[in-house]
Amino acid sequence: MLFAALADPTRRAIFQRLSREGEQTVHAITGHAGVSQPAVSKHLAVLKRAGLVNDRRAGRETHYRARIEGLAPLIDWMSLYGAFWRERLDALEGLLGRMDG
Amino acid sequence: MTGPDEEARSLAFERLMPHPPEKIWRALTQSWLIKEWLMENDFAAALDHRFTFRATPLPGWSGVVNCEVVALEPPRLLAYRWGDGTESDSGLKTLVTWTLTAQDGGTLVRMEQSGFRLQDEHSARRMGGGWPRILERLDQAAGRIETGIIS
Repeated sequence: MLFAALADPTRRAIFQRLSREGEQTVHAITGHAGVSQPAVSKHLAVLKRAGLVNDRRAGRETHYRARIEGLAPLIDWMSLYGAFWRERLDALEGLLGRMDG
Repeated sequence: MTGPDEEARSLAFERLMPHPPEKIWRALTQSWLIKEWLMENDFAAALDHRFTFRATPLPGWSGVVNCEVVALEPPRLLAYRWGDGTESDSGLKTLVTWTLTAQDGGTLVRMEQSGFRLQDEHSARRMGGGWPRILERLDQAAGRIETGIIS
């Protein structure tokens, strides 16, 4: 669902815009998206189902903001953990040096 | 689904440490010592014990690692499941295995984290290292999604 949500260039642009510029109304997003407001609303619904945006209703406007943590499955875990363990093993050796027997 | 494309990858480190296995075992299995070199935790040396490691959250990660002790043979073998806490299919589900082998002059410490799946590998190649680049590369990534490299 995440990959599918990001596969569409319009949705990707909306998500990137919300990531960079923070919360925006559907109206404001439509101004930049180059498609109609109903189409934008449809895209936002897909992004929301994929866990990539949150919405908040205020008066007559709905505000959307990016959920960066929704991108977690795209994180490069192997390279993160490669660096992580190297550092932690150094710390383990440091601790062993300070421990008794 | 299984098959050659589903082959999981692992990370492994080996270090000769100038300490006896029993001492290293303590550092690996006593909660307050683990905290000193790894992370905040509620580890207990008991088979099937479920526990968490907690670190500073990062974008895309809650900072919580969900674990379960699956092997415990003092002072030579310790293994625990290591996941990112999400139940989704795309979540991280790995196994961390510590093997201690006494040698002249100390102990050979082997740490292996296994079970990184191909999709993680794809992410690695597609995204390169580092969080800030992920957003920048979404376009490129999605381009490959569209061409069917990733399903």
